[in-house]
Amino acid sequence: MNLSIVTQIARTHLLAKKRQTLIAMLGVTFGIAMFIVMISFMQGVNQFLENSALDASPHIRMFNEVNTQRPGLIDELRPNGFNVVYHQKPKNEQARLKNGVILAGRIEKEPGVLGVSAQVATQAFFNNGPIQLSGTISGVDVERENRLYRLNERLKSGTLNALKTNPDGLLMGVSLAQKLNVQVGDKVSVTTPVGDTRILRVVGTFGFGIATIDNTKSYAALSTVQEMLQRDPSFVTDIHVKMIDPMQALSFGKRLEAMFGYHTENWAEANTAILTGEKLRNVMTFVVSFTLLVVAGFGIYNIMNMTVMNKIKDIAILKATGFDKRDIVAVFLLQAVFIGLSGGLLGLLIGFGLSYSLSVTPFDTGGMLDIKTFPVIFKAKFYVIGLLFGLITTILAGYFPSKKAAQVDPVAILRG
Amino acid sequence: MTPVLSASRLNKYFYDPDKFHVLRDVSFDVQPGEFLSIVGKSGCGKSTLLYLLSTMDTEYEGEITMAGTRLTGRDGDFLARFRNEHLGFVFQFHFLLPEFSTLQNVMLPGLKLGKYPAKEVEERAMEKLRLIGMADHARKPASKLSGGQQQRVAIARALINDPTIIMGDEPTGNLDKANSENVFSIFRDLASKGQTIITVTHDPDFAGGTDRIIEMSDGQIISGH
Repeated sequence: MNLSIVTQIARTHLLAKKRQTLIAMLGVTFGIAMFIVMISFMQGVNQFLENSALDASPHIRMFNEVNTQRPGLIDELRPNGFNVVYHQKPKNEQARLKNGVILAGRIEKEPGVLGVSAQVATQAFFNNGPIQLSGTISGVDVERENRLYRLNERLKSGTLNALKTNPDGLLMGVSLAQKLNVQVGDKVSVTTPVGDTRILRVVGTFGFGIATIDNTKSYAALSTVQEMLQRDPSFVTDIHVKMIDPMQALSFGKRLEAMFGYHTENWAEANTAILTGEKLRNVMTFVVSFTLLVVAGFGIYNIMNMTVMNKIKDIAILKATGFDKRDIVAVFLLQAVFIGLSGGLLGLLIGFGLSYSLSVTPFDTGGMLDIKTFPVIFKAKFYVIGLLFGLITTILAGYFPSKKAAQVDPVAILRG
Repeated sequence: MTPVLSASRLNKYFYDPDKFHVLRDVSFDVQPGEFLSIVGKSGCGKSTLLYLLSTMDTEYEGEITMAGTRLTGRDGDFLARFRNEHLGFVFQFHFLLPEFSTLQNVMLPGLKLGKYPAKEVEERAMEKLRLIGMADHARKPASKLSGGQQQRVAIARALINDPTIIMGDEPTGNLDKANSENVFSIFRDLASKGQTIITVTHDPDFAGGTDRIIEMSDGQIISGH
């Protein structure tokens, strides 16, 4: 097969019907542009949600899962006996991590760990006059917690230092503070599940941009919460770990679980909803883009079929003068590839332009989320996939008409 | 002298709509340099015979040998290459590729053969166009030429690879008298230079000017041996 001569014929055919070529090209262009916009935007949303979830949650949370689902003593001793025990009371067990502070120190020395924060977390009621709201209060070493969650960046009012100096200080989620109608300096009464009530003073508010956190969470000094729960200073319920590489958390969590015997939960497990949403959005992106490209493919198929019908005399002449089947296939396939390639490249350009415009378009979330414009990410991978998709579609769409062209019987045409 | 083409006991059937015996035991030889015409009434099978010889129709019984190569039973790619190198065609209706220039039309089979570099193919094509008096129109799009001019360019195209045989299916069938004579004189001229030519025609003037006439009737050769 002589490629240059075949290319010359294909080029002449394309240039002879510029309008048709352009329309076929635009079909691919539109499909690819939409694919680029969709995937850039969807992946942007995915990444944004993942990032905000990752930012606000520990990569690994280690805690003591209080589990009362265990057999009674008699059942354990005589598993096959006829045992009747009424109203068995669960054994009293504390949700504490034994030697939690020491564990935290050891975990911190492991390679790949960014920071560790040992804390006491409990449910609490916040009262301000008639307003009663339930939420959580975490007793933390504020400096460590700051290293994990960059609290100083998320402060909406007040200071972090006040929490260190004031044992009655309380750092509240911004929405929670709003609902309680309190500001920095105001007092809130906090009741723990064990019944202890304390008056704490709001020293600051923070916002993660995630409603479930900003609505419920508050921080106090570690010792304050330990006192409120009437526990000793070694009482720790949770250890939060941040890794340098979030993906490492999955295996590291399992190792910690094996090492210390406490239950661990990694960010992927804690954010299943977000990750599931991500998968759904990915599927949707591919379904829509695929549909667009298939439609474009049918457009090309139609146009190529018409071209072959129009050029049937030319095909007969070419065959008579010695062009074989492969040459004929190449002539028409090259036209399809050209349409796919040029339409695809134009589509990438337009897709990039549209995604860029989207990425600078203001997006008002009403303060729910911490973004000002639509989240869009730009990745070379999307553009490569887009171009490959476009090429594969056009090659498939062009192959069958080309095959048909190669089957043309020159005798039937030339005899007239 | 060994014949340049020999057909032996060719039989061909049409099956649509009914089985029909088009060619019955057709055998003949063509010597190098012969200017041969095949004549006969419409439907006598002369065009069918030509398309068997052209290697484009491969459904027949019998045997065709051309330029020392047995062509019966060969695959499509081999035959395409053979046509490209050894055969030149001039058709009745379809002359040139309309989107290409006159020169490109002549060059295409030469470029396909790839025996000479493109530059040389172009020179040779110009030479063939001069031969038929169409050199002035080399750069014109083929669609801008008249029917007679197109047919002359088609002859130049048939000549580009110095074929063993030129085959014509009613090469003057669609032309007026002046153009017919022009085309015939080109053929005559080529024949005098030793080119083997086989044409199917029902133009008695054309046939009368050839070296040898094969007359067919009802799928059989009735005279010309």
